[in-house]
Amino acid sequence: MNKLDTTFKQLAKEQKKALIPFITAGHPHPLMTVPAMHALVKNGADIIELGMPFSDPMADGVVIQQSSEKAIAAGMTLSSVLDIVSEFRESNENTPVVLMGYLNPIEKYGYHQFVETAAKAGVNGLLIVDSPPEESDLLSNLLKINNMNQIFLIAPTTDKKRQMFILSKASGFIYCVALKGVTGAKSLEYDDLSKQISSVKSISDIPVAIGFGVKDVDSAVAVAQYSDAVVIGSALVQRLDDCHDQQDIEKAIEKFIKPISEAINCRSDKLQKQ
Amino acid sequence: MIDYYQYPDLNGHFEQFGGIFASETLMHCLKELSESYQKVKDSKAFQKEFHNDLAHYVGRPSPLYHAKRLTQTVGGAQIWLKREDLNHTGAHKINNTVGQILLAKAMGKTRIIAETGAGQHGVATATVAARMGLKCIVYMGEVDIQRQAINVYRMKLLGAEVISVNSGSKTLKDALNEAMRDWVSNVDDTFYIIGTVAGPAPYPEMVRDFNSIIGKEAKEQFDKQVGGLPDALVACVGGGSNAMGLFHEFLNDETVHLFGVEAAGHGMRSGQHAASINDGEIGVLHGNRTHVMSDDDGQIIETHSISAGLDYPGVGPEHAFLNLKKRAKYVLANDEEALNAFHLLTEVEGILPALESAHAVAYGMKLAQKLEKDKHIIINLSGRGDKDVHTIAALEGIEV
Repeated sequence: MNKLDTTFKQLAKEQKKALIPFITAGHPHPLMTVPAMHALVKNGADIIELGMPFSDPMADGVVIQQSSEKAIAAGMTLSSVLDIVSEFRESNENTPVVLMGYLNPIEKYGYHQFVETAAKAGVNGLLIVDSPPEESDLLSNLLKINNMNQIFLIAPTTDKKRQMFILSKASGFIYCVALKGVTGAKSLEYDDLSKQISSVKSISDIPVAIGFGVKDVDSAVAVAQYSDAVVIGSALVQRLDDCHDQQDIEKAIEKFIKPISEAINCRSDKLQKQ
Repeated sequence: MIDYYQYPDLNGHFEQFGGIFASETLMHCLKELSESYQKVKDSKAFQKEFHNDLAHYVGRPSPLYHAKRLTQTVGGAQIWLKREDLNHTGAHKINNTVGQILLAKAMGKTRIIAETGAGQHGVATATVAARMGLKCIVYMGEVDIQRQAINVYRMKLLGAEVISVNSGSKTLKDALNEAMRDWVSNVDDTFYIIGTVAGPAPYPEMVRDFNSIIGKEAKEQFDKQVGGLPDALVACVGGGSNAMGLFHEFLNDETVHLFGVEAAGHGMRSGQHAASINDGEIGVLHGNRTHVMSDDDGQIIETHSISAGLDYPGVGPEHAFLNLKKRAKYVLANDEEALNAFHLLTEVEGILPALESAHAVAYGMKLAQKLEKDKHIIINLSGRGDKDVHTIAALEGIEV
């Protein structure tokens, strides 16, 4: 069984929501990413989503785009992202790591080589934003062979028929995009979101994560009511942007992630009871 | 023999090229667009309105002109120019925007967005949006805004809002990224007019179809003026919309040789060029699989060409396909050759070509030299050079 499946099973048993923070590998500096990952786990992250920087991140907002530019400028490459995961695994065997990114660097690296190296490094899942299920056959097969999950997005504009198609291909968890827009965009419509999630839940038992637009304790608690997991990306990346050393990073993560991690479990319990 | 008209398939593939490599957040808009396009493609009323606008607003048909003095000067095959430079707004770009805005209207969209590099597509979009009374937002890289000030002002006069893009290389590719972001955020009322035969399906097919009027006219005009088919067609290729527009009608006519001219910039060895087919690799950019210019890590790199319109790190997927099938040959012209062609055409024919089109003229002349006098070459003069006068003057140290 994949680490992602084990993690979600365990959390379900404890009736807990998963917190999935996203950071861009190599941002604000390549040497800070492994310490940041450990700090995230220490402060309540259940799964880590690690962004593979790309020069043209079409689906991302300005914060993640700029973090990618910074990381690339600092010399981050696809193979150094995999090195980061290996290094993280030296002292953390259990926290699942999902890589998120775009297809072109993988096209260049080579699909087989990339998936095999990622599996060896300890990557558990892959979310390639510009590779929808229709175009993912090769990647899907390679991931299956290497016991890795392929995570897909479901958007507010994805109709039921297409939800069924995507869910038939997805594994690990499904990532529901909370709003019409790019990562880090502004306001959430909870009514629409609730309808979208019920529709997904009626089709599949796969754990549901919600992301895009989750930016603080309140929005995290609100979306946790509907989902099994909360993804928080741009708001976190923004807070890491001014960090100059490991200590800064650890402080920023503790200050921002810990309250969210605590709140999504206890406060959403209360909300549900009401 | 391959029937080139069976491409793309239902999912937008030209064999391994093309497709839809887009985020799920875009899939719904793309599907809606595809379905709407397939409907209007077969609608007599839509096609009638489109052709009516091409005739009375754009000023088509554009002439097929026998460049006798250029032919004499070069010595060799007869050179014909397809005069897209005489279209309203000065380039072939308007063929596509006239078509797409009619589709936007049919779909009930009220807000138009576009990306632009040199500003020609931005102007062509702002023009049709003004005519339809629709709000228009044009994304343009900060670097391009500086080097194409006149077109920026033209767009503003036409009522468009020009948004400066300062991410990445601050050029066309980044403007395209930004326009995509706008689109996913405003899907309900917004129509995105892409200006070239790239992007996710259905754009490569749709933009080609709207521009295919170029080749249809050229075929008829050539038959009338000379008889039969020309021996070769030459067009410049950045994204490749004017080239696809000219080539498409001739794809199954195997005796007609097709030449796409890529920008060799400062020369292939300098690494500063925009020749995606000649020097790029197969990859994924802006929603389709094609030839792209990227570094060892797959990051998209900055390209260079003296003409902003060819300065793009990808190429339309159908060109990648025609190259694979060896149906078209993709050749090169560098900055210097384009500049020389610009001056020669201006001097002997009294026609100022756009620097983009000057690349086609440069290669066309080389080709003509190698062929006998009874052969005929059609060069697509995709745009006029007025917009480039400042660039050329600056290169020659003249202040205009």
